[in-house]
Amino acid sequence: MTAALINLWTALPEWLQVLLFNIGKIALVLVPLLLAVAWLPYAERKIIGYMQVRIGPNRVGPKGWLQPIADAVKLLFKEIIIPQKSNKFLFILAPLLALGPAFAAWAVVPFADTLVLANIDASLLYILALTSMGVYGIILAGWAANSKYAFLGSMRSAAQIVAYEIAMGFALVGVLMAANTLNLREIVLHQQGGLHQWYFLPLFPLFMVYLVAGVAETNRAPFDVAEGESEIVAGFHVEYSGMGFALFFLAEYANMILVATLTVLMFLGGWLSPLDGLLPQNILAIPGLGLVLGNGVHWLLFKTSALLFCFLWFRATFPRYRYDQIMRLGWKVLIPITLVWIGVMGAAMFLTPWGYLFH
Amino acid sequence: MGFDQIVFYFFATVLVFAAFMVITIRNPVKAAMFLVLSFFSAAGLWMLLEAEFLAIALVLVYVGAVMVLFLFVVMMLDINLVRLREGFGEYLPFGGLVAILLVIEMGIILSVGYGTQLPPAAHAAGYSNTRELGRILYTVYVYPFEIAAAILLAAIVAAIALTLRRRPDTKYQNPAQQVRVSRHERVRLVKMASEKKS
Repeated sequence: MTAALINLWTALPEWLQVLLFNIGKIALVLVPLLLAVAWLPYAERKIIGYMQVRIGPNRVGPKGWLQPIADAVKLLFKEIIIPQKSNKFLFILAPLLALGPAFAAWAVVPFADTLVLANIDASLLYILALTSMGVYGIILAGWAANSKYAFLGSMRSAAQIVAYEIAMGFALVGVLMAANTLNLREIVLHQQGGLHQWYFLPLFPLFMVYLVAGVAETNRAPFDVAEGESEIVAGFHVEYSGMGFALFFLAEYANMILVATLTVLMFLGGWLSPLDGLLPQNILAIPGLGLVLGNGVHWLLFKTSALLFCFLWFRATFPRYRYDQIMRLGWKVLIPITLVWIGVMGAAMFLTPWGYLFH
Repeated sequence: MGFDQIVFYFFATVLVFAAFMVITIRNPVKAAMFLVLSFFSAAGLWMLLEAEFLAIALVLVYVGAVMVLFLFVVMMLDINLVRLREGFGEYLPFGGLVAILLVIEMGIILSVGYGTQLPPAAHAAGYSNTRELGRILYTVYVYPFEIAAAILLAAIVAAIALTLRRRPDTKYQNPAQQVRVSRHERVRLVKMASEKKS
């Protein structure tokens, strides 16, 4: 059986082999991502539930673990309603435009030293370019639905995302100055040598700005004025039902995981163990324990999960910002902080002997 | 025809089609979306030339920022097709003149042998387009670069200064003042003996 399969494989033309191999790699990234995206809402409902002294979903499957499957089935079988006076083509295109960039960005995310789909040179720029495209889905959804609430939601979202993208970009400039490279893998490798070498310490203001801007970019609470149930019903996706709504939902959670992963890669040492370089070699040689304490993809997953927990925690803790307060925070607080810290870094690197702190 | 050429003709076809649609389609929002598509195809072409930094920067700046603001404005327009078609004949001679000039310019470029130029040699695997661009921008072209930056900064400040209007009649909040507020400015505890029903 296996011999026949190997024969079949070698009989294929080379380009088809490469194609199948790459599709397999993409599936290896996307399938776990989709599973994570499906179960993150469950985690959210459970965690926020416990924070508010409730139990959360507990009916479908043991302790409610099959709730995401029930939700998916429900959304799949719901009738898709397209408003009569909407722009039908753009109305259907918008959820795809929201979801596409959220998944395409994962092409350059390194999971471990050699575990990366495409190790391209300017991967950080690529991510920035693709995440800035996610807003099209939201804007077009609001406009194409031909509904006032949806339109207000998309206008809010567009202004908010454009504002926070600047702060986000400036925060990344600091990371570039420290790491001297645009390649995400090399940025992580520059943080080798234990917990104190990670960039969140020398770039602490930028780390905070990036985290806040990341929450705002993904339209998560407390920055979710684009949805704003209390004033504009559900914002940009008010007219969507069934799978259209589900795609927006998926895109939001995929973006959340992406932003958390990027924060980990750029500020929290990615897949590096916090004890990296501090433990003697003979401890790392112990089978099992060495694998856990050494560098590896499990550290990336652990740190990302911890950050995602914080995202959910924010939602349970903070009340929604008012629109003008969001704008004030973005333009008058976050952007000046990043500019000042970039200036401090530049001055320290070239004028003072303390430049090594930022390397 | 190699794989490169297939990719080139694919992106070129999409680019020309999208650019044509930008100027022919009636709906401004759709036109803006076609402009996004043409930026994207142009980025793909630049990627073929191994100019990955420029390609990604094109997507980042034009698709990610400029066109979002564009859409923002276009969406608020009242799409009145009749009014949009008004004055077509009035502007036709002027537009025709510009079109003829453009065709002549393109003809000149092609006739001096621009089209026969060989594609640039492929670079070695370790070559970093971004690093090379940064190096040359901050060494050889540092003054033009800084001057351009200063001009852009002046333009930003001017744009804000020109559109900023102070409106003394609008009410606004001072968040610093709000944060500084303490309890005894707002609430007063009044001690009083409980009253008894007589």
